[in-house]
This record gives sequence, C-alpha cells and structure tokens, in this order.
Amino acid sequence: MITAWTASARRSDPRMTQAQTQAMRQDTAASNAFAIELRGISKAFGPVQANKDISIRVRRGTIHGIVGENGAGKSTLMSILYGFYRADSGEILINGQQTDIPDSLSAIRAGVGMVFQHFKLVENFTVLENVILGAEAGAMLRPSLAKARGLLKDLAREFELNVDPDALIENLSVGHQQRVEILKALYREADILILDEPTGVLTPSEADHLFRILRGLKEQGKTIILITHKLREIMDVTDEVSVMRRGEMVATRTTSETSPTELAELMVGRKVLLRVEKTPAMPGPEVLRVEGLRLVDAQGVERLRSIGFALRAGEIVGIAGVAGNGQSELLEVLAGLRPAEGQAWMKGAPLPLSGPDCDAQARRARRIAHVPEDRHRRGLVLNFHAWENTALGYHNDDAYNPSPWKMDNAAIIRDTQAKMAAFDVRPPDPQLKASGFSGGNQQKIVLAREIEHTPEVLLVGQPTRGVDIGAIEFIHQRLITLRDAGAAILLVSVELDEILSLSDRIIVMFDGRIMGERAPDQTNAQELGLMMAGMA
Amino acid sequence: MSRGRIPHWADVTLVPLASVFLAFVISGILIWAIGESPWAAMKLMVEGAFGSSYGWGYTLFYATNFIFTGLAVAVAFQARLFNIGGEGQALLGGLGVALVCLYIPWPHWSLALIAASLGAAVFGAGWALIPGYLQAKRGSHIVITTIMFNFIAASLLGYFLVNVLRPQGAQDPSSPRFPSETALPKLHEILGVFGIPFSTVPPVNISLLIAVGMCFAVWFMLWRTRLGFQIRAFGESEPAAEYAGISPVRITVYVMLISGALAGLMAVNSVMGEQQRLVLNAVEGAGFIGIAVALMGRNHPFGVFLAAILFGFLYQGGAELALWTGIPRELIVVIQALVILFTGALDNMVRIPIARIFAMRGAR
Repeated sequence: MITAWTASARRSDPRMTQAQTQAMRQDTAASNAFAIELRGISKAFGPVQANKDISIRVRRGTIHGIVGENGAGKSTLMSILYGFYRADSGEILINGQQTDIPDSLSAIRAGVGMVFQHFKLVENFTVLENVILGAEAGAMLRPSLAKARGLLKDLAREFELNVDPDALIENLSVGHQQRVEILKALYREADILILDEPTGVLTPSEADHLFRILRGLKEQGKTIILITHKLREIMDVTDEVSVMRRGEMVATRTTSETSPTELAELMVGRKVLLRVEKTPAMPGPEVLRVEGLRLVDAQGVERLRSIGFALRAGEIVGIAGVAGNGQSELLEVLAGLRPAEGQAWMKGAPLPLSGPDCDAQARRARRIAHVPEDRHRRGLVLNFHAWENTALGYHNDDAYNPSPWKMDNAAIIRDTQAKMAAFDVRPPDPQLKASGFSGGNQQKIVLAREIEHTPEVLLVGQPTRGVDIGAIEFIHQRLITLRDAGAAILLVSVELDEILSLSDRIIVMFDGRIMGERAPDQTNAQELGLMMAGMA
Repeated sequence: MSRGRIPHWADVTLVPLASVFLAFVISGILIWAIGESPWAAMKLMVEGAFGSSYGWGYTLFYATNFIFTGLAVAVAFQARLFNIGGEGQALLGGLGVALVCLYIPWPHWSLALIAASLGAAVFGAGWALIPGYLQAKRGSHIVITTIMFNFIAASLLGYFLVNVLRPQGAQDPSSPRFPSETALPKLHEILGVFGIPFSTVPPVNISLLIAVGMCFAVWFMLWRTRLGFQIRAFGESEPAAEYAGISPVRITVYVMLISGALAGLMAVNSVMGEQQRLVLNAVEGAGFIGIAVALMGRNHPFGVFLAAILFGFLYQGGAELALWTGIPRELIVVIQALVILFTGALDNMVRIPIARIFAMRGAR
C-alpha cells in the first residue's frame, strides 16, 4: 500500500509542448468518442513518483484493461480518477469535458463508479440497504428502498445481475457480494465502471459469470476499466489494453492484435518465461503423512474435515481451492501454529498435532519449514532489520548462539548477506528494515531463510502473491530446485495457473474437504474449477 | 499508514526536544498570566536543579527513581505490554527492602544492598507476575489489572505498616528505622574517594550507579540476547512471533517479571537510600512518572536515562520554584503535566510537521 503522507508541494511544469496541446485541442471534437481521457497525469508521494506523465484514452462502450506489476501505479491512477488522490499535474476529461475530481462524490457525480478489490459493504445490512447507503433520497428510507428494489429487478433481468435484495451481505458468497458492489455503482447511475482486481477472490466459474455481466454492461453502452495482473482475463474480455510499468504508461494495444507474451514483456521490460521449466518429478519415499485431520474453530465451525494425504520426497503437491476453503488452516496446522485433531507422521515417527510439543519451534526441529501465506503478518517482522528477520524462527540455532547468553549478531548479519546474495535480494542490505523492501524481495528474504535451512518438508502458502513477474520466475525456479534436491513441497495457492504449472500432483479442497486428486497433465482449469466449487 | 518518514536520529532527538520546548513555552505563558516572570522562573528552576552540587544531588536522586520506573515501563512496552502498575510494584519492592533490612542483621551495607536489591526485585516481580499471568493465560487486559493492583498494593502496604511493621506505641503508620549498618553510601562519599567535593545534603546515593548499570543491562538484554530478540519480535508482531515458535505466554510472563523487578528496585533508592524506613507514600508517584519517562525516552534505555534527568530537573526545579516565588505548587504540577502531555500524548502533533519539513528537504 502506498503511504499517504503529504506529498511535497512540488508541482512539475506542464510537460506538454505547445504543439502537443494544440494537437489535442484539434481533436477535442473527435474525443467525444472517449469516455475518459487522462492527459499528462503525474503524482508523487515524497520522492516516489507513482505516476509519471500518464496519458490514456478509453473509448466509450468498450472494456479497457490496465495491466502492470504490483507497484506499477495502476491503483494510484484509478484513485486519482475516483478522487481519492489529487494529481500533482495533468488533466482529466470525462466525455470530452474537462473535469475536476477533488473527492469521490464528484467522481460519482461525473458518472464514475468503482468496485474495489476489498468490498466496502456493511456486513449486517441487506443488499438493498447497502445499495442505497449514501445515496438515500431524503430523510425517509422507504421511497429509496422501493426505487432501488425496482431498479434491482430491472438490472437483474438485463445483465444476469441477480442477487436477493433482502439477503444480508454476510450470508452472500464473495461473487454475490461483488455483484452488490456493481449494483451500487449502477444505482448511482455510473456510466464508467472501474474494477480493481475483481477476480482475485472468485472461482473460475464466478469469474466467467462476472465477465458475462461486464460484456452485457458494455453492450448497454457502459464503459468499463478493468485493472488486473492476470493476462488471461485481459485476453478474454477486453477490447483494448494499456500496460503500465514503474509509474509510466508504456503501451496501449488492441487486445486482438497482441499476445500474453508481448504484454508480459511490456510489463516487465524484458523477456519472461510464462511457463515454468521443469523435469518430471522423481518422487522418493514418503516423508509426511496425515490422517483424519479435523479442525474446529472458536466459533464451532468445522474448518477441516477428515483430511488425509501423503507427501513424498522430491515432489510438489499443490492444493487448489478458492480462498477460505480450509487451505490456510491446513498450512497452519501442519506448521504447528494451530492445534488440531487427527494423526500425522514425519518419516514414520508420529508428529503431534496438539499439546505442548506442537509449536513452530518443534516443527522446525523436525525439519519442516514454512513460508506463510501472509508475509506481512507472519513471515516477517516489518519493523525488524533484514538480518533480524533472517534469525526469526531460527533464533535458537547454535550458529547464531555461540554463547548461552549472547546472540552473535555479527554472525547473523554475515549469514543474511550470504542468503541475500544467493537469492538476489535487492538491495542486499541486511540493515534495511523489512518494510523497506518490495514485495518480491520481502518474499525472497522469507524463502531464503526457509530454503537455506534445507528442510525436508516445505509448506508454502501463496508464494507469489503481490510479487512482480520477474521475482515470480525466480521463486518458481527455486522451488523446483528444492524439489529436485529431494524436499517434499506442499504448495497452497489461489492462482490456479501457479498450481498447474508447479505441481506434480494436485489436491483440490472445498469446504474443508479434499474433493479429489488430479495429475496436472491430465486435468485443466475447467475441471479443477468445478471441483473447487464443490461440483465434482 | 500516514506516518511520515523521519530520519531515526531526528525521531529520537528532534521530536522530544520540540515537544519539551512547546511545553515550556506554554508553561511560560501560564506563569506570565499569573503575573510572574517566566524568564525569572526558568532561571530559578535551572539554577535550582543544576546550579550547585546541592541542586544536582536532588535532581539525580529523583532521576534515579525515574530511571527504574521508566525502564520498567520501557521493557514491558517492547513487548507492547502497557505496565501501568509500576507504582504498586515499587511499593511492594519497598516492602521487600524493609523486610530484608529489618529482620536480617547485616554486618555491612554492601551485603545489605545486594540482599535488599534482591528483595525489592523479587517482591516487585511477584506483584507484576499476577497481572502478567492473567494476561498471558486468561487474556485479562494488563492495563486494567495493573491499575487495580496499584490499589491493592497501597492497601496491602497500609495493612503491613499499621499492623505488622509499626513499632509499639508509634502513631505514624511507618516501619521503624533500619539499622545504621544498612545505610547506603551517599554520592558525596563516593565522589569523596576521588577527592571530588559534593554537597552532603541530598539523598542521592549508590543506587544511582545501579540505575545507570540497569540502563546498560536492559539495553544488552533487549538487543544482544535471545530473550530480547524474542521480546521485541513478540512486541512488533504477535502472529510473526507465533510463526517463529515464540511462546506468547512465556514472553508475557518473563517481560512482566523483568518489568516488575525494575520497578521494585526503585525502592532501594527511596526507601533504603533516603528514608531508611518504609512509609506509606514511599513511591510518591514515581511509578506513574515512569510512564512519561518511558514515552519520552522512546522506550529505549538510553532515552529513559535522559528523560529521567529531565523529570528530575522538573521535580527539583519545581520545588525551588515553589519555595522562592509566589508561583503556587499546583502550577509546578501543571508544568510537569504539560511536558507529559506534549511528549506522550501529542507526539504526532510535533512529528507530522517535522516529517513534512524532512519531506520537503528530501524532494528538493
């Protein structure tokens, strides 16, 4: 997330030359074909230039994709368009009219609606109440509710946007909640809809449904901006696509005339391997076995139901599933962070799943390492230096504790330097705080720490979440190398592509259960998607 | 999220100094408003606290108290535990000191000092252990429990003084005087060994050296040992500590033991070093001042040392002010409160403008 501290009062001069300005004026008449036109938008947060002189035109009645790595400036740009930030310089034109957007209310008034990645809904309100929230006409609710109910009915008929208007948000699936967000925007008469990473939380079939809705909206003349980092979605649904890299708009392409490979190259600025190169696995003996694993959370909800599987040395087993179906809990149980019922064995010897000998230290002693899903919350102490983070979890190691009462900080720093070199962490500065590294480099610090201790079992959650493409490639290669060195890897990811390309076996989870196992070369995203939705 | 980036050195020096400056400016306006000269008052305070070895002696004596209680709060805060119970823990520490000094005959002050320090630390730690355990095992919030334990400690001490320790026939709820063998060497005696003259009046004593030693010990513990690493990791992020296999229960209990022991040690200075007997208000609010000292010292042992000197100055200078001018005693408390308010509660008020200045310089 970008820190919102007050930017300097620095305002760069309008960078457009006179000729450019004139050229733009000349085609103002033609620009009515554009729902949105941004000219020379720049935005700096202190020394960080989040957006540099960005110009983009979005044709009315099209779906326009914006792709870019994390930190490329996509969200900043959309936040400027929605009135969350003010640009340091540049102009915003909506339907050919120059528009000032100081806050989100002005954006709504100008016909811009936004569907956020993290929904902004009141959980214990009904769908209808959420839709009218903030847009009530008058002090009494009844007329607004009646109006909204009628409108919702129309929208549901037109666009497959069917949601029960009287359902409570907390009882809706994520896909339905997202529809409510779209309805909210449409109720406010948005002509231009911005969706920020809309499919991150959806199953493949829910995503397909969303795309049908978007196409329907497009046919009704709405303009849609789709922010994503998934190239497949761009290819599927957009008409045009703009690529951002390091705060700059590097290219705009007609979708039908480009390819994922070209887009990936534009995003990263060099050639990228989209497929992971690996040799077939040569699984060795069984390392970890789990039987009858059951977890009931504090609310009495059964999170894991009779889970059983085995991991063998030298293989990667991927666990596919929509977020929230027990994969995270499974990782936590195996890593010793949560007690559970059931039995487990590590190389034939029992592994306690509850009781005093069940914590993360005990697991590490049994050579089970863990790269947690949430590196900001668990994997790193953000306020610690990189070297302190390298000792996290291994702070009892003999190498770090030559005497019983003093930690050898110098030894840890030397070790951190070696690990940083091995994993190409940038900048290779052990004294830098973890919060000062980019997402990809933070993840490399965590991976270096866990992998360099040569574990026999590595539990990995979302290894490339929020990581840029260049680092993804590197991380995937490291995991394959570790596998080929004979480690057993359990991979949990919500990115189906990642599961498909890395795993030697795929286990699908739904509602705390294992739905089945597939070999990656004998299945496809459609079949897995059905299993992830509990339909196979 | 909206925290400005300030260079570390500025965060630890510029921000507290600016806060103190603001507090002094407003205090000056107050003094001016009641018809006194702020300039003369300031001069009197500085001269009263630092102008003579007499003034220094008192300033350092108060500072010793505040170092102990400030360290107690700072250590607990490194684990993000807010120990408000320094007052009660120090009272119990006083009881520990009194029992050791009264009931065991000591041939020499040095042995008495070691035993009394142990007694103070054990009693203080014991008093912090209960809230610590309740927090760790039961989730009872430590702020609430430690506050409540202050009241219990005061009542407990009252009981002990009235019913157990009070000599037959005495009207005053206090213990008998400690035997003279337990009297601690004063600073003027210690400096006298090196031929440095120092006022014989102030009660500043060898505890000051223990306090300074404790600053180093706490720093070493926090940044050079495994326990300190675990405490800081736990404080910065409990989920990450759990992931690292650091037991929250164990760390919470350990930290509260250390914190309580440090608060308890304060009694060595005030009970054994100054009064030579245990009285009802032996701690005189130093437990609470410790919170301000830790806040201002950024929960760092060396910061605590400097902040403790500042508060020692406020105490001693304030006493001089009350003695020699028409400024009422209450206004001194207001000045101290302003310093606490600005350095503690209004920290961001100063930090944000300073961050802005740095951001502007950085952009240029």
